[in-house]
Amino acid sequence: MSASDDLKDLYQEVVLEHSKRPRNYRVVEGATAEAAGHNPLCGDQLVVTLKVEGGVIKDVAFQGQGCAISKASASLMTGAVKDRTRAEAEDLFERVHKLVTEGPESVDVDALGKLAVLSGVSEFPARVKCASLAWHTLRAALEGHGEAVSTE
Amino acid sequence: MSGFDVNQVRKDFPILHQEVRGRPLVYLDSAATAQKPQAVIDALVRFYQHDNANVHRGVHVLSERATEAYEGARETVRRFINARDAKEVVFVRGTTEAINLVAQTYGRKHIGAGDEVLITQMEHHANIVPWRMLCEQTGAVLKVIPVDDRGELVLDAVDALLTERTRILAVTHVSNALGTVVPVKELTRRAHAKGVPVLVDGAQAVTHFPVDVQDLGCDFYAFSGHKMFGPTGIGVLYGRKERLEAMPPYQGGGDMILSVTMEKVTYNRVPYRFEAGTPNLEGAVGLAAAIRYLEALGMENVAAHDRELLAYATKALASVPGLRMVGTAREKSAVLSFMLADVHPHDVGTILDREGICIRTGHHCAQPVMQHFKVPATSRASLALYNTREDVDALVRALHKVLEVFQ
Ligand SMILES: Cc1ncc(COP(=O)(O)O)c(C=O)c1O
Repeated sequence: MSASDDLKDLYQEVVLEHSKRPRNYRVVEGATAEAAGHNPLCGDQLVVTLKVEGGVIKDVAFQGQGCAISKASASLMTGAVKDRTRAEAEDLFERVHKLVTEGPESVDVDALGKLAVLSGVSEFPARVKCASLAWHTLRAALEGHGEAVSTE
Repeated sequence: MSGFDVNQVRKDFPILHQEVRGRPLVYLDSAATAQKPQAVIDALVRFYQHDNANVHRGVHVLSERATEAYEGARETVRRFINARDAKEVVFVRGTTEAINLVAQTYGRKHIGAGDEVLITQMEHHANIVPWRMLCEQTGAVLKVIPVDDRGELVLDAVDALLTERTRILAVTHVSNALGTVVPVKELTRRAHAKGVPVLVDGAQAVTHFPVDVQDLGCDFYAFSGHKMFGPTGIGVLYGRKERLEAMPPYQGGGDMILSVTMEKVTYNRVPYRFEAGTPNLEGAVGLAAAIRYLEALGMENVAAHDRELLAYATKALASVPGLRMVGTAREKSAVLSFMLADVHPHDVGTILDREGICIRTGHHCAQPVMQHFKVPATSRASLALYNTREDVDALVRALHKVLEVFQ
């Protein structure tokens, strides 16, 4: 049945694994920026903390609550943007967003590495927000506070 | 249960007979909005094909017919909730508007700085936010009756919360998030003993059991057409006549006035004073058709069906490993809110959807009660008169599937 294939694509092994044991689930010590993300529709909430040095994301972590998709996406994101410049992180977000909205044919999936497991989301329009929450929050952190710490 | 055959009832609801995602549709989200019987759909079409015109203002035959249909609907609503007088029935957009109307008219007139508005922890946002706004406008204080771990109101706390400063008690009849049936008659008695008027949010009640506003004794009763198998965009504010008559108008415009000069406006009688502008005619016509449909089935029969199915579903869900019911009041209506192991409700909802099963996941516009149960969201299956044991069985099978996906 195509219905269950879609589900298998959405809840891939890697996605489930990341949602159960999210990576970088913590607060970055000596963070230079942070932002809170909130999806009022489902109550998902997370906080992304960052350490940016010389324009490069040296460390990034998240904490919060949410569904399997939003947690896995946040976890995968922290792995993917570490040691990248802001511009690179922004570019990655754009490609991930394309992947989860338009599907795997719309982007160079191989170049996305592990993030490619989020491709199943494109069959579930109602879940795109879950997959992009962490990324929007990351962008807010990068744009909002630059290198200044917001919590003094 | 004489005269009530769910398989017969299902035939009246055309939308139920379709496949979604390759499976027969199982609709378990009637607490969000209910499906419409053919009789309601036909009434809307008939109105536009034969009787449509503006009301209360034309001398021509169509305007007469439309006015008759609209005022006839008011009388149908009166009968349905056993109000004394059709003038006590105000047509509004829905429960939300009904409560806002009371807060902004009755509230603005009678509630001031330091006064208290008493609500409960389990209200829908529609019965919280209008009062919060009123408090911000007037300096009044919002007080809250707590709920216990079953999801019942802590009745022992009520008397102390009804103080000399309490100006209104606004309480739900049935909680949309938990299914709890609140003893509003008893609460009304206690509030009235202290001279406090009572507004009841009946959005989740009128679809499940007979409601008699005179028996309840409340001052205001609010509900929505779309949750009781009628159209969206129409709802009812019942208000005791002496209350309504003492209230200033809500919105200004046509129909709510008797005469207008640039210097002075004389407001119309109730209920028209609260119905500014061209009303939702088709909505009223459709709501009346929904009520006639319910009356033909018999609300007692509907109540018996819902009760029996709720008992069946409660038992069936208890057999699902790791399922925890949120809201286990002794008296409940047809709502099953639950957590499934450590799977987030959103993920439950997605997997169920692929099985053709529609449920609601989220905070159900009742965040304060979610906070009480320390969950950000639940999965909620809600039952209506067209649901069957087979629907419940399909839900249980699909929940096992969720557990498989998440091991
Ligand atoms: C208990 C309760 N009150 C109020 C409302 C608001 O109703 P409406 O959106 O039709 O105005 C709802 C509907 O979700 C409800 O369940």
